[in-house]
Amino acid sequence: MINKRLNGITLIIGVLSVLALTPMAFGLSDAYKGNIYQVGTLKPIDSVLKVKVGDRAPDFTLPSVSGEKVSLNQFRGKRNVVLSFVPAAWTPVCSDQWPGYNIAKDIFNQYDAILLGITVDNIPTLFAWTNQMGQLWFPVLSDFWPHGAVAKRYGLLRSNGVSERALFVIDKKGIIRYIDVHDINKRPPLEDLVGALEKLKK
Amino acid sequence: MVITVITLLFSITVYPTLTAAKPPEKGEVLPFINLPVPKNPEERNYLGLSGSGLFKIPQIKARAVIVELFSMYCPFCQKDAPGVNELYRLIENNPDIRNKIKLIGIGAGNSPYEVEVFKKTYNVPFPLFPDKDFTIHKTCGEVRTPFYMVVKINENGTHQIVYTQLGEYPGAEPFLELVLKASGLK
Repeated sequence: MINKRLNGITLIIGVLSVLALTPMAFGLSDAYKGNIYQVGTLKPIDSVLKVKVGDRAPDFTLPSVSGEKVSLNQFRGKRNVVLSFVPAAWTPVCSDQWPGYNIAKDIFNQYDAILLGITVDNIPTLFAWTNQMGQLWFPVLSDFWPHGAVAKRYGLLRSNGVSERALFVIDKKGIIRYIDVHDINKRPPLEDLVGALEKLKK
Repeated sequence: MVITVITLLFSITVYPTLTAAKPPEKGEVLPFINLPVPKNPEERNYLGLSGSGLFKIPQIKARAVIVELFSMYCPFCQKDAPGVNELYRLIENNPDIRNKIKLIGIGAGNSPYEVEVFKKTYNVPFPLFPDKDFTIHKTCGEVRTPFYMVVKINENGTHQIVYTQLGEYPGAEPFLELVLKASGLK
């Protein structure tokens, strides 16, 4: 009986050790060479959302890498808005997220949507980092000061001061229609976001 | 007791097949890679495959296969895409080599939808395969992208990796020269 239980425990430990030893996978581009800081596997989500689908999206104004300030409400009545919060510049998964959106401009256009990329990094850091991605067609905004204020307002600021990896779809009336606070260690599949944009038409 | 031993063996032996410690190297055989036979008849025909189900790269009807591990999310893969398309055209337009060298891409961590976005954006003329869960990427030591491998297929069905390259795509003509030399086709 004891032997059986022991075998059971060993089996569980064996399986867990395989899972624990399997490193986080990411198709990291050679574009960044050795300049990506390895963060390891993090707690998937480390904040509590303060908004929900159906709420009016809290407005904000943030400086962008290209110089001008961008406000959420400037798109009200004109464009659907996708907010892409990523945790930090120069980290593995984030560095391989926006370059994908960069070749998906046609898809965003198809749904009359603008994309706003947001991190809590400062402008010079975002400038250097996004330069490695090629010419981005969408604004990249800095939620650096007051530190992570927008991320905090949405309930996305993690305990170490970076934001979650999160996607929001906001319609032309300024209403939140989709929220994906994603496991920080993984990249959200593009088709999930496109599915949410598709639903705006209905 | 038997279960204990099996469990320990399982944890020791399965792990390396999940994630290789390093990328594939020249002189080695390919890591474990299973790909689905393309549904598109033109792609099936290009690779000399028939039926459905899974296939392994050395089953492709060719003397050498160029494998590009890419990602739609990777800026260098995007930048090099037109040059890799050109490589395909150089091969296809040369009657001496068109039936000897084939080209495929594997999208590390890319879903079928994401691979399709890449294919459409760059009009990629050769077969691309998704690797949504990074399974293949892990067997390739989680190498950075783009990663190129040239696999020589011998007449007796065996194969070797004869060339690998991380990034630094030199353009279609110089790369084709490298492929021809490495695979002994020149």
